[in-house]
Amino acid sequence: MSPTLTDASGAHADPTDGLSVLEQRKSQAATFGIPLAVLAELTHRCPLQCPYCSNPLELERNNAELTTGEWKRVLSELAEIGVLQIHFSGGEPTARKDLAELIRHATDVGLYTNLITSAVLLTKEKLIALVDAGLCHIQISFQGSEQGIADRVAGLKDAHAKKIEAAGWARELGLPLTVNAVMHRQNLSQLPDIIQMAVDLDADRLEVANVQYYGWALKNRAALMPTMEQIEQTSGIVEEAEGRLKGILAIDYVVPDYYALRPKKCMGGWGRQFFNISPSGKILPCHAAETITGLVFESVRDHPIAWIWQNSEAFNRYRGTGWMPQPCQSCEFREVDYGGCRCQAFALTGNAANTDPACALSPLHEQIFKTATIESAGDTRLFIYRNFAGGTLETDVHGT
Amino acid sequence: MALRSRRIDITEQSRPVLARHAKLKFDESRQAWVILVPEKVLAPDEIAVEILQLCDGVRNVDQIIDVLAAKYAADRAMIGADVIAMLRDLADKGFLAEAQDTKP
Repeated sequence: MSPTLTDASGAHADPTDGLSVLEQRKSQAATFGIPLAVLAELTHRCPLQCPYCSNPLELERNNAELTTGEWKRVLSELAEIGVLQIHFSGGEPTARKDLAELIRHATDVGLYTNLITSAVLLTKEKLIALVDAGLCHIQISFQGSEQGIADRVAGLKDAHAKKIEAAGWARELGLPLTVNAVMHRQNLSQLPDIIQMAVDLDADRLEVANVQYYGWALKNRAALMPTMEQIEQTSGIVEEAEGRLKGILAIDYVVPDYYALRPKKCMGGWGRQFFNISPSGKILPCHAAETITGLVFESVRDHPIAWIWQNSEAFNRYRGTGWMPQPCQSCEFREVDYGGCRCQAFALTGNAANTDPACALSPLHEQIFKTATIESAGDTRLFIYRNFAGGTLETDVHGT
Repeated sequence: MALRSRRIDITEQSRPVLARHAKLKFDESRQAWVILVPEKVLAPDEIAVEILQLCDGVRNVDQIIDVLAAKYAADRAMIGADVIAMLRDLADKGFLAEAQDTKP
Protein backbone atom coordinates (compact mmCIF):
# COMPACT_ATOMS: atom_id res chain seq x y z
CA MET A 1 0.00 0.00 0.00
CA SER A 2 2.35 2.81 1.13
CA PRO A 3 0.04 5.82 1.26
CA THR A 4 1.47 8.98 -0.20
CA LEU A 5 0.76 12.65 0.22
CA THR A 6 1.92 14.74 -2.67
CA ASP A 7 2.41 18.44 -2.31
CA ALA A 8 0.12 19.98 -4.91
CA SER A 9 1.30 23.45 -3.99
CA GLY A 10 -1.27 26.18 -4.37
CA ALA A 11 0.45 28.90 -2.44
CA HIS A 12 1.07 32.00 -4.47
CA ALA A 13 4.54 32.13 -5.97
CA ASP A 14 5.41 28.75 -4.53
CA PRO A 15 8.50 27.63 -6.41
CA THR A 16 7.53 23.98 -6.28
CA ASP A 17 5.20 23.13 -9.08
CA GLY A 18 2.99 20.40 -7.73
CA LEU A 19 -0.04 21.68 -9.59
CA SER A 20 0.78 19.19 -12.32
CA VAL A 21 -0.08 16.43 -9.86
CA LEU A 22 -3.69 17.54 -9.82
CA GLU A 23 -3.67 18.57 -13.47
CA GLN A 24 -2.89 15.00 -14.50
CA ARG A 25 -6.26 13.88 -13.23
CA LYS A 26 -8.06 15.28 -16.24
CA SER A 27 -10.96 17.11 -14.69
CA GLN A 28 -12.86 20.15 -15.80
CA ALA A 29 -10.89 22.55 -13.61
CA ALA A 30 -7.67 20.91 -14.77
CA THR A 31 -8.61 21.36 -18.43
CA PHE A 32 -8.83 25.07 -17.84
CA GLY A 33 -5.95 25.00 -15.36
CA ILE A 34 -7.98 26.86 -12.77
CA PRO A 35 -5.62 27.91 -9.95
CA LEU A 36 -5.81 26.17 -6.60
CA ALA A 37 -5.41 29.46 -4.75
CA VAL A 38 -6.38 33.03 -5.47
CA LEU A 39 -5.37 36.30 -3.83
CA ALA A 40 -8.21 38.70 -3.10
CA GLU A 41 -7.07 42.26 -2.46
CA LEU A 42 -10.16 43.49 -0.64
CA THR A 43 -9.01 47.08 -0.41
CA HIS A 44 -5.99 49.29 -1.01
CA ARG A 45 -6.70 51.24 2.17
CA CYS A 46 -4.03 50.60 4.82
CA PRO A 47 -2.93 52.29 8.04
CA LEU A 48 0.68 51.38 7.21
CA GLN A 49 2.82 53.20 4.65
CA CYS A 50 5.57 50.67 3.89
CA PRO A 51 7.91 51.98 1.20
CA TYR A 52 8.02 48.59 -0.58
CA CYS A 53 4.27 48.00 -0.72
CA SER A 54 3.31 45.57 -3.48
CA ASN A 55 0.19 47.54 -4.38
CA PRO A 56 0.34 49.68 -7.52
CA LEU A 57 1.46 53.33 -7.31
CA GLU A 58 -2.01 54.22 -8.57
CA LEU A 59 -4.05 52.93 -5.63
CA GLU A 60 -7.72 52.11 -6.11
CA ARG A 61 -10.08 54.31 -4.13
CA ASN A 62 -12.61 53.31 -1.52
CA ASN A 63 -15.61 54.03 -3.76
CA ALA A 64 -14.32 51.74 -6.52
CA GLU A 65 -14.15 48.68 -4.23
CA LEU A 66 -16.42 45.71 -4.84
CA THR A 67 -19.41 45.69 -2.50
CA THR A 68 -20.05 42.94 0.03
CA GLY A 69 -22.60 41.43 -2.32
CA GLU A 70 -20.18 41.50 -5.25
CA TRP A 71 -17.39 39.86 -3.22
CA LYS A 72 -19.79 37.13 -2.07
CA ARG A 73 -20.76 36.42 -5.66
CA VAL A 74 -17.06 36.31 -6.61
CA LEU A 75 -16.28 33.87 -3.77
CA SER A 76 -19.12 31.57 -4.82
CA GLU A 77 -17.94 31.71 -8.41
CA LEU A 78 -14.34 30.92 -7.41
CA ALA A 79 -15.44 27.84 -5.47
CA GLU A 80 -17.62 26.73 -8.35
CA ILE A 81 -14.86 26.83 -10.96
CA GLY A 82 -12.43 24.87 -8.77
CA VAL A 83 -10.46 27.36 -6.66
CA LEU A 84 -9.74 25.77 -3.26
CA GLN A 85 -8.07 28.49 -1.23
CA ILE A 86 -8.57 32.21 -0.87
CA HIS A 87 -5.97 34.61 0.52
CA PHE A 88 -7.66 37.74 1.84
CA SER A 89 -5.17 40.53 1.44
CA GLY A 90 -5.00 44.23 0.66
CA GLY A 91 -4.04 46.99 1.45
CA GLU A 92 -5.22 46.01 4.85
CA PRO A 93 -8.09 43.51 4.56
CA THR A 94 -9.26 44.13 8.13
CA ALA A 95 -10.05 47.71 7.06
CA ARG A 96 -13.11 46.16 5.38
CA LYS A 97 -15.94 46.12 7.91
CA ASP A 98 -17.44 43.07 6.18
CA LEU A 99 -14.35 40.84 6.50
CA ALA A 100 -15.97 38.38 8.95
CA GLU A 101 -19.00 38.16 6.67
CA LEU A 102 -16.79 37.44 3.66
CA ILE A 103 -14.79 34.79 5.56
CA ARG A 104 -18.06 33.20 6.64
CA HIS A 105 -19.30 33.13 3.06
CA ALA A 106 -16.00 31.75 1.75
CA THR A 107 -16.17 28.99 4.38
CA ASP A 108 -19.80 28.23 3.51
CA VAL A 109 -18.97 27.74 -0.17
CA GLY A 110 -16.04 25.48 0.76
CA LEU A 111 -13.01 27.77 0.35
CA TYR A 112 -10.06 27.49 2.72
CA THR A 113 -9.36 30.95 4.10
CA ASN A 114 -6.01 32.62 4.76
CA LEU A 115 -5.73 36.17 6.08
CA ILE A 116 -2.70 38.25 5.09
CA THR A 117 -2.65 41.22 7.42
CA SER A 118 -0.58 43.87 9.15
CA ALA A 119 -2.71 43.07 12.23
CA VAL A 120 -2.63 46.63 13.58
CA LEU A 121 -6.40 47.10 13.29
CA LEU A 122 -7.21 43.82 15.03
CA THR A 123 -8.62 43.49 18.52
CA LYS A 124 -8.98 40.16 20.27
CA GLU A 125 -12.76 40.33 19.80
CA LYS A 126 -12.40 40.98 16.07
CA LEU A 127 -10.01 38.06 15.68
CA ILE A 128 -12.37 35.74 17.58
CA ALA A 129 -15.14 36.77 15.18
CA LEU A 130 -12.91 35.91 12.18
CA VAL A 131 -12.02 32.52 13.65
CA ASP A 132 -15.69 31.83 14.39
CA ALA A 133 -16.42 32.71 10.77
CA GLY A 134 -14.05 29.92 9.71
CA LEU A 135 -10.64 31.58 9.30
CA CYS A 136 -8.00 28.81 8.99
CA HIS A 137 -4.66 30.62 8.97
CA ILE A 138 -3.20 34.05 9.58
CA GLN A 139 -0.10 35.64 8.10
CA ILE A 140 1.14 38.73 9.91
CA SER A 141 3.72 41.08 8.39
CA PHE A 142 6.59 42.38 10.52
CA GLN A 143 8.88 45.23 9.50
CA GLY A 144 11.70 44.45 11.95
CA SER A 145 12.47 42.74 15.26
CA GLU A 146 11.98 45.83 17.43
CA GLN A 147 9.87 48.95 17.28
CA GLY A 148 12.61 51.39 16.21
CA ILE A 149 13.07 50.28 12.62
CA ALA A 150 9.73 48.43 12.44
CA ASP A 151 7.56 51.44 13.24
CA ARG A 152 9.70 53.65 11.01
CA VAL A 153 9.33 51.35 7.98
CA ALA A 154 5.59 50.97 8.63
CA GLY A 155 5.27 54.72 9.06
CA LEU A 156 3.00 54.07 12.04
CA LYS A 157 3.75 54.56 15.72
CA ASP A 158 3.26 51.48 17.95
CA ALA A 159 2.60 49.24 14.95
CA HIS A 160 5.20 46.67 16.07
CA ALA A 161 3.77 46.30 19.58
CA LYS A 162 0.28 45.80 18.17
CA LYS A 163 1.51 43.09 15.82
CA ILE A 164 3.22 41.22 18.65
CA GLU A 165 0.02 41.37 20.67
CA ALA A 166 -2.16 40.19 17.75
CA ALA A 167 0.20 37.29 17.01
CA GLY A 168 -0.25 36.21 20.64
CA TRP A 169 -4.04 36.23 20.26
CA ALA A 170 -3.78 34.17 17.09
CA ARG A 171 -1.81 31.44 18.84
CA GLU A 172 -4.07 31.61 21.91
CA LEU A 173 -6.98 30.88 19.57
CA GLY A 174 -5.08 28.00 17.97
CA LEU A 175 -4.73 29.72 14.62
CA PRO A 176 -1.64 28.64 12.63
CA LEU A 177 0.64 31.66 12.25
CA THR A 178 2.98 32.70 9.47
CA VAL A 179 5.33 35.58 10.16
CA ASN A 180 6.14 37.52 7.01
CA ALA A 181 9.28 39.63 7.19
CA VAL A 182 10.17 41.79 4.21
CA MET A 183 13.92 42.36 4.25
CA HIS A 184 16.08 45.17 2.87
CA ARG A 185 19.33 47.01 3.61
CA GLN A 186 17.93 48.88 6.61
CA ASN A 187 16.61 45.85 8.54
CA LEU A 188 18.69 42.87 7.36
CA SER A 189 20.96 43.16 10.40
CA GLN A 190 17.93 42.19 12.51
CA LEU A 191 17.33 38.88 10.75
CA PRO A 192 18.66 36.63 13.57
CA ASP A 193 16.38 38.49 16.00
CA ILE A 194 13.43 38.21 13.61
CA ILE A 195 13.92 34.46 13.41
CA GLN A 196 14.00 34.27 17.21
CA MET A 197 10.92 36.50 17.36
CA ALA A 198 9.04 34.08 15.09
CA VAL A 199 10.02 31.18 17.39
CA ASP A 200 8.97 33.15 20.48
CA LEU A 201 5.64 33.97 18.82
CA ASP A 202 5.15 30.22 18.26
CA ALA A 203 4.79 30.73 14.51
CA ASP A 204 4.58 27.74 12.19
CA ARG A 205 6.31 29.40 9.31
CA LEU A 206 8.51 32.39 8.61
CA GLU A 207 8.76 34.03 5.23
CA VAL A 208 12.04 35.87 4.82
CA ALA A 209 11.26 37.82 1.70
CA ASN A 210 13.77 40.16 0.18
CA VAL A 211 12.08 43.18 -1.35
CA GLN A 212 11.16 42.80 -5.00
CA TYR A 213 11.56 46.00 -6.92
CA TYR A 214 8.39 47.06 -8.70
CA GLY A 215 6.01 49.93 -7.97
CA TRP A 216 6.62 51.47 -4.56
CA ALA A 217 9.76 49.44 -3.93
CA LEU A 218 11.27 50.58 -7.23
CA LYS A 219 10.63 54.17 -6.15
CA ASN A 220 12.49 53.39 -2.91
CA ARG A 221 15.14 51.13 -4.36
CA ALA A 222 18.12 53.26 -3.36
CA ALA A 223 17.00 53.27 0.28
CA LEU A 224 16.24 49.53 0.34
CA MET A 225 18.78 47.68 -1.84
CA PRO A 226 20.88 45.32 0.30
CA THR A 227 24.63 44.98 -0.16
CA MET A 228 26.17 41.84 -1.58
CA GLU A 229 27.80 41.20 1.82
CA GLN A 230 24.40 41.37 3.52
CA ILE A 231 22.95 38.84 1.08
CA GLU A 232 25.86 36.44 1.59
CA GLN A 233 25.41 36.67 5.35
CA THR A 234 21.65 36.28 5.06
CA SER A 235 21.90 33.01 3.17
CA GLY A 236 24.16 31.63 5.90
CA ILE A 237 21.84 32.81 8.67
CA VAL A 238 18.78 31.29 7.02
CA GLU A 239 20.54 28.00 6.33
CA GLU A 240 21.76 27.69 9.92
CA ALA A 241 18.30 28.50 11.31
CA GLU A 242 16.56 26.03 8.98
CA GLY A 243 18.72 23.22 10.32
CA ARG A 244 18.42 24.26 13.96
CA LEU A 245 14.63 24.82 13.85
CA LYS A 246 13.58 21.79 11.83
CA GLY A 247 10.14 20.67 13.03
CA ILE A 248 9.67 23.91 14.96
CA LEU A 249 9.67 26.70 12.40
CA ALA A 250 9.54 26.30 8.62
CA ILE A 251 11.44 29.06 6.82
CA ASP A 252 10.77 30.17 3.26
CA TYR A 253 13.48 32.36 1.83
CA VAL A 254 13.02 34.65 -1.17
CA VAL A 255 16.35 35.80 -2.63
CA PRO A 256 16.72 39.27 -4.13
CA ASP A 257 16.55 39.22 -7.92
CA TYR A 258 19.30 41.73 -8.55
CA TYR A 259 21.91 39.43 -7.05
CA ALA A 260 20.53 36.19 -8.52
CA LEU A 261 21.95 34.26 -11.48
CA ARG A 262 18.74 32.56 -12.52
CA PRO A 263 15.41 34.39 -12.59
CA LYS A 264 12.58 33.27 -10.33
CA LYS A 265 9.66 31.33 -11.77
CA CYS A 266 7.46 34.29 -11.08
CA MET A 267 3.90 33.32 -10.08
CA GLY A 268 4.71 29.80 -11.33
CA GLY A 269 4.56 31.23 -14.85
CA TRP A 270 2.34 34.06 -16.13
CA GLY A 271 -1.33 33.02 -16.18
CA ARG A 272 -0.38 29.48 -15.32
CA GLN A 273 -1.42 28.79 -11.74
CA PHE A 274 -2.38 32.03 -10.07
CA PHE A 275 -4.48 35.13 -10.32
CA ASN A 276 -5.18 38.10 -8.19
CA ILE A 277 -8.40 40.11 -7.80
CA SER A 278 -7.96 43.86 -7.26
CA PRO A 279 -10.25 45.81 -4.90
CA SER A 280 -12.38 46.96 -7.83
CA GLY A 281 -12.62 43.44 -9.27
CA LYS A 282 -9.91 43.40 -11.93
CA ILE A 283 -8.41 39.95 -12.55
CA LEU A 284 -4.61 40.22 -12.70
CA PRO A 285 -1.89 37.61 -13.38
CA CYS A 286 -0.01 38.95 -10.32
CA HIS A 287 -0.38 41.80 -7.87
CA ALA A 288 2.18 43.92 -9.74
CA ALA A 289 0.86 43.29 -13.26
CA GLU A 290 -0.67 46.76 -13.54
CA THR A 291 2.82 48.26 -13.49
CA ILE A 292 3.05 47.00 -17.10
CA THR A 293 1.41 49.70 -19.20
CA GLY A 294 -0.57 48.78 -22.28
CA LEU A 295 -2.25 45.70 -20.86
CA VAL A 296 -6.02 45.70 -20.37
CA PHE A 297 -7.39 43.75 -17.43
CA GLU A 298 -10.99 42.58 -17.34
CA SER A 299 -13.26 42.91 -14.33
CA VAL A 300 -15.45 40.42 -12.49
CA ARG A 301 -18.13 43.05 -12.93
CA ASP A 302 -18.18 42.46 -16.70
CA HIS A 303 -17.28 38.80 -17.31
CA PRO A 304 -17.38 35.38 -15.66
CA ILE A 305 -14.05 34.68 -13.92
CA ALA A 306 -13.40 31.44 -15.85
CA TRP A 307 -13.95 33.35 -19.11
CA ILE A 308 -11.40 35.98 -18.11
CA TRP A 309 -8.89 33.30 -17.08
CA GLN A 310 -9.13 31.64 -20.47
CA ASN A 311 -9.70 34.57 -22.81
CA SER A 312 -8.09 37.67 -21.36
CA GLU A 313 -5.62 39.02 -23.88
CA ALA A 314 -3.41 40.18 -21.00
CA PHE A 315 -3.23 36.63 -19.63
CA ASN A 316 -2.70 35.00 -22.99
CA ARG A 317 0.00 37.38 -24.15
CA TYR A 318 2.75 35.89 -21.95
CA ARG A 319 1.33 32.42 -21.37
CA GLY A 320 3.49 29.39 -22.12
CA THR A 321 6.66 29.86 -24.16
CA GLY A 322 5.47 30.99 -27.61
CA TRP A 323 5.87 34.72 -26.86
CA MET A 324 9.48 34.38 -25.79
CA PRO A 325 12.32 36.20 -27.52
CA GLN A 326 15.89 34.95 -27.54
CA PRO A 327 17.76 33.98 -25.42
CA CYS A 328 14.64 32.51 -23.71
CA GLN A 329 13.14 30.84 -26.79
CA SER A 330 15.93 28.32 -27.24
CA CYS A 331 16.90 28.14 -23.55
CA GLU A 332 16.76 24.77 -21.84
CA PHE A 333 15.30 26.46 -18.74
CA ARG A 334 12.36 28.08 -20.57
CA GLU A 335 9.82 25.83 -18.87
CA VAL A 336 11.71 25.91 -15.58
CA ASP A 337 11.40 29.65 -14.99
CA TYR A 338 9.12 30.77 -17.86
CA GLY A 339 11.47 33.65 -18.56
CA GLY A 340 11.29 35.07 -15.03
CA CYS A 341 9.19 38.07 -14.13
CA ARG A 342 7.29 40.15 -16.73
CA CYS A 343 6.89 43.10 -14.37
CA GLN A 344 10.61 43.23 -13.69
CA ALA A 345 11.41 42.94 -17.41
CA PHE A 346 9.09 45.88 -18.03
CA ALA A 347 10.41 47.94 -15.11
CA LEU A 348 14.04 47.51 -16.14
CA THR A 349 13.90 47.27 -19.94
CA GLY A 350 10.64 48.99 -20.87
CA ASN A 351 9.41 45.84 -22.60
CA ALA A 352 7.62 43.12 -20.64
CA ALA A 353 8.47 40.56 -23.34
CA ASN A 354 12.21 40.86 -22.78
CA THR A 355 14.19 38.36 -20.75
CA ASP A 356 14.03 39.21 -17.05
CA PRO A 357 17.36 40.98 -16.35
CA ALA A 358 17.64 38.88 -13.17
CA CYS A 359 18.76 36.11 -15.56
CA ALA A 360 22.51 35.92 -16.16
CA LEU A 361 21.72 35.34 -19.85
CA SER A 362 20.02 38.73 -20.19
CA PRO A 363 22.21 41.35 -21.87
CA LEU A 364 21.19 43.69 -19.04
CA HIS A 365 22.17 41.39 -16.20
CA GLU A 366 25.59 42.98 -15.60
CA GLN A 367 23.97 46.38 -15.54
CA ILE A 368 21.41 45.61 -12.82
CA PHE A 369 24.10 43.96 -10.74
CA LYS A 370 26.07 47.19 -11.03
CA THR A 371 23.00 49.26 -10.16
CA ALA A 372 22.46 47.14 -7.05
CA THR A 373 26.08 47.47 -6.01
CA ILE A 374 26.12 51.24 -6.45
CA GLU A 375 22.74 51.91 -4.82
CA SER A 376 23.42 49.63 -1.87
CA ALA A 377 26.66 51.53 -1.17
CA GLY A 378 24.93 54.90 -1.38
CA ASP A 379 23.70 56.97 1.55
CA THR A 380 20.02 57.25 0.62
CA ARG A 381 18.21 56.47 3.81
CA LEU A 382 14.87 58.28 3.82
CA PHE A 383 11.79 56.47 2.53
CA ILE A 384 9.07 57.66 0.23
CA TYR A 385 6.02 56.44 2.12
CA ARG A 386 3.21 54.72 0.29
CA ASN A 387 -0.07 56.63 0.33
CA PHE A 388 -2.98 57.74 -1.83
CA ALA A 389 -1.22 61.07 -2.48
CA GLY A 390 1.40 59.37 -4.64
CA GLY A 391 4.01 59.10 -1.89
CA THR A 392 5.43 61.36 0.82
CA LEU A 393 9.12 61.71 1.64
CA GLU A 394 10.00 60.74 5.19
CA THR A 395 10.81 63.65 7.51
CA ASP A 396 14.46 63.52 8.46
CA VAL A 397 14.25 63.49 12.24
CA HIS A 398 17.51 61.68 12.84
CA GLY A 399 19.61 63.86 10.58
CA THR A 400 21.46 61.85 8.00
CA MET B 1 14.21 30.03 26.00
CA ALA B 2 13.43 26.37 25.44
CA LEU B 3 12.32 25.50 21.97
CA ARG B 4 9.09 23.64 22.06
CA SER B 5 7.28 21.76 19.40
CA ARG B 6 3.54 21.41 19.40
CA ARG B 7 3.67 18.51 16.95
CA ILE B 8 2.06 15.43 18.47
CA ASP B 9 3.75 12.06 18.57
CA ILE B 10 2.02 9.11 16.90
CA THR B 11 1.93 5.72 18.63
CA GLU B 12 -0.48 2.80 18.32
CA GLN B 13 -2.43 4.29 21.21
CA SER B 14 -2.82 7.75 19.65
CA ARG B 15 -6.25 8.87 18.52
CA PRO B 16 -5.25 11.40 15.86
CA VAL B 17 -7.70 13.63 14.05
CA LEU B 18 -7.01 16.29 11.46
CA ALA B 19 -6.35 19.68 13.07
CA ARG B 20 -8.93 22.43 12.54
CA HIS B 21 -6.71 24.03 9.93
CA ALA B 22 -6.24 20.83 7.88
CA LYS B 23 -9.31 20.01 5.83
CA LEU B 24 -9.81 16.78 3.93
CA LYS B 25 -12.16 17.47 1.09
CA PHE B 26 -13.31 15.94 -2.17
CA ASP B 27 -12.66 18.48 -4.89
CA GLU B 28 -15.67 18.09 -7.17
CA SER B 29 -14.21 20.12 -10.01
CA ARG B 30 -11.05 17.99 -10.22
CA GLN B 31 -12.69 14.75 -9.03
CA ALA B 32 -9.86 14.28 -6.54
CA TRP B 33 -9.36 14.26 -2.78
CA VAL B 34 -7.31 17.11 -1.37
CA ILE B 35 -6.06 18.19 2.04
CA LEU B 36 -6.22 21.95 2.47
CA VAL B 37 -3.60 23.39 4.82
CA PRO B 38 -2.18 26.91 5.29
CA GLU B 39 -1.23 28.27 1.85
CA LYS B 40 -0.89 24.75 0.42
CA VAL B 41 -2.89 21.94 -1.10
CA LEU B 42 -1.88 18.32 -0.58
CA ALA B 43 -3.02 15.54 -2.89
CA PRO B 44 -3.46 12.33 -0.86
CA ASP B 45 -3.70 9.00 -2.67
CA GLU B 46 -6.67 6.66 -2.09
CA ILE B 47 -5.13 4.81 0.82
CA ALA B 48 -4.06 8.01 2.56
CA VAL B 49 -7.66 9.20 2.23
CA GLU B 50 -8.94 5.95 3.68
CA ILE B 51 -6.61 6.21 6.67
CA LEU B 52 -7.64 9.80 7.33
CA GLN B 53 -11.32 8.88 7.12
CA LEU B 54 -10.69 6.25 9.79
CA CYS B 55 -9.16 8.94 12.03
CA ASP B 56 -12.55 9.76 13.53
CA GLY B 57 -11.41 10.65 17.02
CA VAL B 58 -12.83 7.36 18.36
CA ARG B 59 -10.49 4.75 16.86
CA ASN B 60 -6.89 4.69 17.94
CA VAL B 61 -4.06 3.93 15.51
CA ASP B 62 -4.01 0.28 16.60
CA GLN B 63 -7.68 -0.12 15.64
CA ILE B 64 -7.19 1.72 12.37
CA ILE B 65 -4.45 -0.75 11.44
CA ASP B 66 -6.76 -3.65 12.36
CA VAL B 67 -9.47 -2.36 10.04
CA LEU B 68 -7.08 -1.98 7.11
CA ALA B 69 -5.30 -5.30 7.72
CA ALA B 70 -8.66 -7.09 7.72
CA LYS B 71 -9.94 -5.25 4.66
CA TYR B 72 -6.86 -5.85 2.54
CA ALA B 73 -6.02 -9.24 4.08
CA ALA B 74 -2.46 -7.98 4.27
CA ASP B 75 0.45 -8.30 6.64
CA ARG B 76 -0.42 -6.31 9.75
CA ALA B 77 3.13 -5.28 10.58
CA MET B 78 3.70 -3.90 7.12
CA ILE B 79 0.42 -1.99 7.03
CA GLY B 80 1.06 -0.72 10.53
CA ALA B 81 4.44 0.68 9.59
CA ASP B 82 2.96 2.46 6.56
CA VAL B 83 0.04 3.92 8.50
CA ILE B 84 2.25 5.22 11.29
CA ALA B 85 4.76 6.67 8.83
CA MET B 86 2.05 8.58 7.00
CA LEU B 87 0.43 9.88 10.18
CA ARG B 88 3.83 10.92 11.58
CA ASP B 89 4.52 12.82 8.39
CA LEU B 90 1.27 14.76 8.82
CA ALA B 91 1.82 15.21 12.55
CA ASP B 92 5.34 16.57 11.98
CA LYS B 93 3.83 19.22 9.74
CA GLY B 94 1.40 20.19 12.50
CA PHE B 95 -1.72 18.94 10.70
CA LEU B 96 -2.86 16.36 13.29
CA ALA B 97 -4.18 16.78 16.80
CA GLU B 98 -4.92 14.23 19.54
CA ALA B 99 -8.65 13.57 19.76
CA GLN B 100 -8.79 14.38 23.49
CA ASP B 101 -7.08 17.72 22.79
CA THR B 102 -9.88 18.79 20.54
CA LYS B 103 -12.81 17.76 22.67
CA PRO B 104 -13.90 19.60 25.81
